[in-house]
Amino acid sequence: MPPDHDLDDYVDPYSPGHRHGGPLRVGLGGPVGSGKTALAAALCRTLGAEYDLAVVTNDIYTTEDADFLRRNAVLPDDRIEAVQTGCCPHTAIRDDITANLDAVELLESRHPGLELVLVESGGDNLTASFSYGLIDVQVFVIDVAGGDKVPRKGGPGVTAADLLVVNKTDLAPMVGADLDVMRRDSAAVRGGKPTLLISLREDPTAASVAQWVREQARARGLQTA
Amino acid sequence: MTAALLTLADSRLPAGGHTHSGGVEQAIAAGVVSDPGSLAAFLRRRLNTSGAVAAGLAAAACDAAGDAVRLAHLDDEADARTPSPALRRASRQQGRGLLRVGRRAWPAAAWDALPAFPHHPIVLGVAAAAGGLGVRDAAQVAAYLSISGPATAAQRLLAMDPLTVAAVTARLAPDVDDVAARALTAALPAATDPLLDLLAEVHAARKDRFFAS
Repeated sequence: MPPDHDLDDYVDPYSPGHRHGGPLRVGLGGPVGSGKTALAAALCRTLGAEYDLAVVTNDIYTTEDADFLRRNAVLPDDRIEAVQTGCCPHTAIRDDITANLDAVELLESRHPGLELVLVESGGDNLTASFSYGLIDVQVFVIDVAGGDKVPRKGGPGVTAADLLVVNKTDLAPMVGADLDVMRRDSAAVRGGKPTLLISLREDPTAASVAQWVREQARARGLQTA
Repeated sequence: MTAALLTLADSRLPAGGHTHSGGVEQAIAAGVVSDPGSLAAFLRRRLNTSGAVAAGLAAAACDAAGDAVRLAHLDDEADARTPSPALRRASRQQGRGLLRVGRRAWPAAAWDALPAFPHHPIVLGVAAAAGGLGVRDAAQVAAYLSISGPATAAQRLLAMDPLTVAAVTARLAPDVDDVAARALTAALPAATDPLLDLLAEVHAARKDRFFAS
């Protein structure tokens, strides 16, 4: 490299490590059927009274998850935005986040006091992860019924998510899954990042996940109401 | 030409293009597009109507980059050439996405002269200017983008052979060149296609769609 070559010329001075002081954006990703939408609904119910909150959904069919949230989360219509992902849910949360940024910005402009935005991805595979240009922290949701080998298989969702949630622990005896194996394998591949084993059927408030979200919000200086 | 043109035409540029099918999703639903032959016919038709209009507007906007009055006028011209409200929304939505990434990629004073929520071809013209490109490049990229995104949308929706779709797109290259060249010659192109307008309107009312347009 020539001595007059300034690397700073290539670096965007506005590129955020962590973004501006807007709402905390939490990505919810994971395979189809693991409970992302149920978790989003639970977080809306549990945290809706504490934070000024909104949700972006990325379902394959635009309004399926959004309709579920309207029915189950007591969230007004104007706090839910659904985006079309052009058959590529993964692209829309990682490679080209334009449609999701548009949705988040629309919610921010509609609700100037917004403190928390949940961005729920469409169901995808174990390689799915959010771009940090879109969200601040991400939760990856897998479930016990998908097999207790999933944490060991790894993939960016399992290994790199800020929080790994293993849902449907109530099904473990039925599907012959060993929760200790899942707990141990998760710890082994996640380098100290937290994992929570939950059953949304037994605890529809998702208390432990909600508590983790509160800690993230507190780290950003947001106080609960 | 500079490499900036390649960046602008790259389908991986994160400007939101992958969520728009350019009418292909509804054309498939209506049975208008079903195989490589009908896809090629649809793309050629799109290229010569909305593609030609976009090419003319992008070239003019590239020439007018930095001039707020002329850009606002061109944005009105884009409105006048887009009778379908759904297509106007789709164009402004894609304009917003390109503006977001363009401003970051090629910082320039020219961006500030754009009107609020500009149409996609207008932003494309300014992006070309900000990237050091000329009017011919702006027309070329607008014409090319009018078929490249819709082609891949068809590939995804119909699970078509990607090599076939690449060939369809590649063989339209002379038509793309021709449309871009003609966009520079006289007054702004004003070709319309009622089929595209109708497809867009029907599509926008659907709840079971994968694409924004």
